[in-house]
Amino acid sequence: MRLLALALHRLLWFAPTLLGLLVVTFVISRVIPADPVALVAGETATPAQVEALRRDLGFDRPLVVQFVDYVGRLVRGDMGTSLYTRRPIVEDLVARLPATIELTVVAMLVSIAVGIPLGVLSALWRNSLLDHALRVVTVSGLAIASFWLGIMLQLLFAMRLGWTPLNGRLAGFPPRPLTGFYLLDAALSWDWPTFGTALAHLALPAATLAFPALATLVRFTRAGVLDVMQSNFVLYERAMGLPRPLIVWKYILRSALTSTVTQIGLLFGILLAGAVVTEAVFDWPGIGTYAVNSIIRSDYNAVMGFTVWAGAIFVVVNLVVDVAHTLVDPRERTT
Amino acid sequence: MAELLAVRDLRVDFATDRGPAQVLDGINVEVGAGEVVGLVGESGCGKTTLARAILGILPEGAARIRGGAVHFKGRDLLHENPAVVNDRVRGRAITFIPQDPFTSFSPVFPVETQIMDLMKWKSPRAAEGARPAALGGRYPRERYRADREAVLDTLRAVQIPEPARALRRLPHEFSGGQRQRLMIAMALLPRPDLIIADEPTTALDVTIQAQILKLLRALVKERGVSVLFTTHDLGTAHEICDRVVVMYAGQEMEAAPTDAFFGRPAHPYTRRLLASVPGPGGELRDIPGEVPSLVAPPAGCRFHPRCDHATPECRELRPAPRMLAREHGVRCHHPVES
Amino acid sequence: MTAAWFVLTRLARDRSALIGLVLIALLVVCAVLAPVLSTHPDDVFELHPAERLQAPSGAHWLGTDRMGSDMYSRLLFGARITIVIGLIAVGASLAIGVPIGLVAGYYHGWLSDALMRVSDIFLAVPQVVLAIAIAQTLGPSLPNVILALSVTYWPWFARVVYAETRALQKEIFVESTAALGASPWRLTVLHVLPNIASPIIVRASIGMGFTILTAAALGFLGLGPPPPTPEWGRTIAESREFLPDAWWYAMAPGLAIFLTVMGFNLLGDGLRDVLDPRLRRRRTIRDG
Repeated sequence: MRLLALALHRLLWFAPTLLGLLVVTFVISRVIPADPVALVAGETATPAQVEALRRDLGFDRPLVVQFVDYVGRLVRGDMGTSLYTRRPIVEDLVARLPATIELTVVAMLVSIAVGIPLGVLSALWRNSLLDHALRVVTVSGLAIASFWLGIMLQLLFAMRLGWTPLNGRLAGFPPRPLTGFYLLDAALSWDWPTFGTALAHLALPAATLAFPALATLVRFTRAGVLDVMQSNFVLYERAMGLPRPLIVWKYILRSALTSTVTQIGLLFGILLAGAVVTEAVFDWPGIGTYAVNSIIRSDYNAVMGFTVWAGAIFVVVNLVVDVAHTLVDPRERTT
Repeated sequence: MAELLAVRDLRVDFATDRGPAQVLDGINVEVGAGEVVGLVGESGCGKTTLARAILGILPEGAARIRGGAVHFKGRDLLHENPAVVNDRVRGRAITFIPQDPFTSFSPVFPVETQIMDLMKWKSPRAAEGARPAALGGRYPRERYRADREAVLDTLRAVQIPEPARALRRLPHEFSGGQRQRLMIAMALLPRPDLIIADEPTTALDVTIQAQILKLLRALVKERGVSVLFTTHDLGTAHEICDRVVVMYAGQEMEAAPTDAFFGRPAHPYTRRLLASVPGPGGELRDIPGEVPSLVAPPAGCRFHPRCDHATPECRELRPAPRMLAREHGVRCHHPVES
Repeated sequence: MTAAWFVLTRLARDRSALIGLVLIALLVVCAVLAPVLSTHPDDVFELHPAERLQAPSGAHWLGTDRMGSDMYSRLLFGARITIVIGLIAVGASLAIGVPIGLVAGYYHGWLSDALMRVSDIFLAVPQVVLAIAIAQTLGPSLPNVILALSVTYWPWFARVVYAETRALQKEIFVESTAALGASPWRLTVLHVLPNIASPIIVRASIGMGFTILTAAALGFLGLGPPPPTPEWGRTIAESREFLPDAWWYAMAPGLAIFLTVMGFNLLGDGLRDVLDPRLRRRRTIRDG
């Protein structure tokens, strides 16, 4: 019951926050530049052409009218048309969504599967060689520029060693489009060669994206475990002679993770942000490259559309995180 | 008399900023079979350290055992194979009732999970020496059922209403008193020989302290289980103990059966302690002076700086244990004979 | 200022914080003394196409780039840009965020809620994305990058200051001073500010690291100061078409960024541990 109340409360919140975001992006796109239309029309356009474009785009109307119109269209799922691809932006985004999600999900799974156990071991064997080595990794993880890491990985694994492809999502024909996620589609169609190719293409971008996330997870899991190890219930379990692996991997980890779960949700958000830059490096056909290309081409509407979409995703992620936190921490549920 | 538990000359140091603190300094304590022994002392005298040393759960970095032995059923726990001690002694022959029931349960698992995990490894029906395969390890259905029945029975014995429903709840849904009853149940389920109870009622409301204590005493007497029970409250000791041992600054001062202890106290410190309980007129009589620093403790008898009867001998030589009467031992150069 | 001395001595005992301090000092030295330390100071603007893409050698310690300019010298001058961007962007964020946080924390009505909602909106979108949007709109240049970063980083300061101000309000001493009749702003300045100094300092140090990374990302995407400015991120972007042969072209600026950001992160962590042990527990991933 409380869960429902919480969800509703958060959803109610969704609207004003999103609206606020819209205002901000709208202001940025229309108000800040001296003349947005001129920017779009390009340097070679004549004044007449600029004016024509202005009327075309509806920029000659009062700002408030423009905003209301924009929001109205947004509510109906219309983000405008890309000035470059000439297609509705919503269509462009949807087409590229699976690629970005697949990359982000794989990166997150990798960082969780590797990061959490390493964090636990790091806490158990405090100040050991492993702990110190991991400390170096976690500190670097947050100091390395993602795009640079991607380029270095490409340099080593793709160019010098030839172990993985250089960029792109796939070479050759994509598998049957069941979900849009190449790994899933290939597996479901029993198309293992394609599965292998898709995996090889995923390797470097996912590693690049996962690295900072992994570093952070190790760090927080370690801190969480060290903290929980001091608890009285751990003392009790030790006093009663329960087997150590049981105490560590069931009881300690579970308590340490209660706070980490919230962070996994935030992690997802950060991964999505990192995806923008990583996709640019690896020519990954996702939303990130779309945003970057739109920037290069001064495709306003597209960039704004992307920003709005990113903002909406974040608000949703925050909602899911809050709900998940309530689920994970039973104390919240019953009080 | 063959004691169940005999702590002999145990010395434990704790690392502090100012150097090692001698928290336990050659302490001797005995617990016989089926006996409830109270270990009384002010805060900081080392009672909890002693309890943890017997259980083998001293904080690894900070505490160091300098010497002595903990004899349990004839074997020295300090020098046995740790893995064997963990499997056969802890949670089986010796169990624990902690001081703080509020934080001694994991907050995220229902009570059932935690109790049944305990039973999985420590049930009297479980084979000894089973290899703990982390989260795995088989829990045969038959035994699970038998264990669960035993759990329900024991919960009824500690007066938890509707045990089957209670099991499914989370720890924070129980009151402090109820949680401590659960702890008592968990301490009894493995059918131990000895329970170490570290100030089990200190964290509870005064009104239910007596209840819990009486319950504990009734249950252990029924089952013939010994209890080593630490407390700073003389009244508690008087309630349920067969024998009382008083500690001061890491050493034991006097040990006697309860009536002898309260009726004919021999050690000056004991006498002071008993006198300091507020009198009928409400007067408080303090013991002058302060608890000594354990980093640089006084030589000889540690109580001598605060003792009215101190002589040069007390300042230099630590008194050897002396038996005043059967089972009434004291460590004092000048015990008060009455 | 015994407080500062206390902090410094405690910090000195933390080895990684010291490493951080050394790295930052190195950065500052490189930036300030760039004209002196560089071997080819004019290469920031001059081109020598004949010498393009040479591997590291005695003449060119870190090789040359596609225009034949000396990488080492350009890196040194790039340090200047990095510092300028970091300092001004974080400084501006501080200047915007701290007052907003103070006001939001001090008052309790709709104003406070509104301010925090606005800050949440900015936090709703990842900094990179918003900075990209802004920078793209304004065009690639140094001031625009700084503007974009300032506008997107201030919420972190606002949030920290808001939380601390609210927490401090509950402290008895603030209430009693108010009871004695001190004016609210005097109260704030004299009592609240010294207490929030610690979290602000920590946030500023960590913020430098993050801001520099975001600035490099913007440079990489072509949104930073245009050529021939030797901005590190842009240099990495330029290097891509010449890989794998001209490996030094990509590696050198990347390492420079890495060491710089690491320096600020290590220092920030060290400061956090020293200034407020309480903070050590409550870290979350959002500590950007």
